[in-house]
Amino acid sequence: MVRFEDVSIERGGVPVLEGISFSLRAGHFLGVVGPNGAGKTTLLRAMLGLVPITAGRIEVFGARPGMAPTGVGYVPQRQAIAPTFPATVRDIVMMGRLRGLGLLQRARAEDQEAVARSLARVGMHEHAARPIGRLSGGEQRRALLAQALCASQQLLVLDEPTIGLDLPAEQAFYELLRSLEDELGLTVIAVSHDLVALAAEADELICINRTMHVHGNPGEVVHSHALREAYRCEFNFIAGELAHHERIGGDR
Amino acid sequence: MLEFAFMQRAFAAAVVIGVVCGALGFFVVLRRLAFIGVGISHSAIGGVAIGIVAGLPPLATGAVFAVAVALGIAAVRRRGALSEDAVIGVFFSGSMALGVVLFSLQRGYQQDLFGYLFGDVLAISNGELLTLAAGGAAAVTALALAFRPLFFIAFDEEIAQAYGQPVGALNTALLVLLAVTIVIGVRLVGAILIEALLVIPAASAALWAAGWRAQLAISTGLGAASGVLGLALAFALDLAAGASIVLVSTGLFFVSLALRGRGPT
Repeated sequence: MVRFEDVSIERGGVPVLEGISFSLRAGHFLGVVGPNGAGKTTLLRAMLGLVPITAGRIEVFGARPGMAPTGVGYVPQRQAIAPTFPATVRDIVMMGRLRGLGLLQRARAEDQEAVARSLARVGMHEHAARPIGRLSGGEQRRALLAQALCASQQLLVLDEPTIGLDLPAEQAFYELLRSLEDELGLTVIAVSHDLVALAAEADELICINRTMHVHGNPGEVVHSHALREAYRCEFNFIAGELAHHERIGGDR
Repeated sequence: MLEFAFMQRAFAAAVVIGVVCGALGFFVVLRRLAFIGVGISHSAIGGVAIGIVAGLPPLATGAVFAVAVALGIAAVRRRGALSEDAVIGVFFSGSMALGVVLFSLQRGYQQDLFGYLFGDVLAISNGELLTLAAGGAAAVTALALAFRPLFFIAFDEEIAQAYGQPVGALNTALLVLLAVTIVIGVRLVGAILIEALLVIPAASAALWAAGWRAQLAISTGLGAASGVLGLALAFALDLAAGASIVLVSTGLFFVSLALRGRGPT
């Protein structure tokens, strides 16, 4: 479904990513971890066709990034939405359908249904008419997830999807994501600074720091020497916390 | 006052420009383009002066020049070496200085210059009114056609781009639209004050309504109302028309602020 082959990216002549290769199978959840400035967001943006690659090849649904006939749902890393932004939750979710709408074309019945379905899936149907800027951080994140689901029910790309959320909201978000994966068979690729949470949720992890350091199942990756090398520090995982996350994700 | 043909033309122009500025002002306020609008409007003076010196239609040369300045600001901004306000400051002051120098080469330049700086809507001709109406209709049509993607970009450029929207082209189109609207409005309130009609009605509307549909409707309504009431006030009290329109618009903003200072509920 997603394939990176020896991908390198430079910005202003400076290498940001070098020789990245991996592939992601349908229905899997891939977590991308690495220290600050490792190139995690760049990797996602390259996959979406938002930054050019300097070498290698990326395929998404067998096509070049941004050219896939099937859309990709995207939740970028972002701060809270301005309280005065003049759109309802429904307006924001409808933006996920814009690719299929022509100029001046009103939303069709199928678009309205897709929006209603996506809102129901993330438990936001009761908030559809509320201004987006007045929702809590967790609700805004769920609305953006509904927008991404409107764009694609096959592949979701999430960049720091739980940043700024407190622990209960973060856990609720991951629980929702897990139920969507089960229900729709979604493929997910997510970047997070929260190694422990992502290790508990993902089927596979890759750790990058400009180059690929390690790729494997979360248990192998978090205990690998390559992870410590990428972060250039030692980890002292609190056994209880990691076990707790593993228990939450244990039924996957 | 409506028995005078010049007042009929002035009222018609005020309504057209008020509606167009109110509609485009929605995006000017939402995307924080107020300063770039000031830069473009002052730059238009340079283009108008080129037209007068070269014997070409001043509004047409003003429009071409303002569009060129808007695209120049966008191009330098994209390179990212300078902050946006610095880029605008350079274009704005350089173009305006060029305009003043060119005007000074003309005999009796002060009257012409003042007309373009502060507006001269009472002197508007039938031909100019038709040009304004055609330009206004084109601007509103373009805005309506591109409204959904422009609104999406205002929400989040990166998501919009990831979902296949031509973000660069649409941002450029918005700047071109802004430049054209500014030049259309120069005859009403002048290059110095046109920015007020792009910002104040939309800012007032944001105090009354939380949704984009209502904000657009209120903004265009307030833009047109400011034009009509300002002109009536100017006629009744023998005041400068352009400045009166802006003062009425400002007054409506402060009424909105007093009544709805906490914003829409």
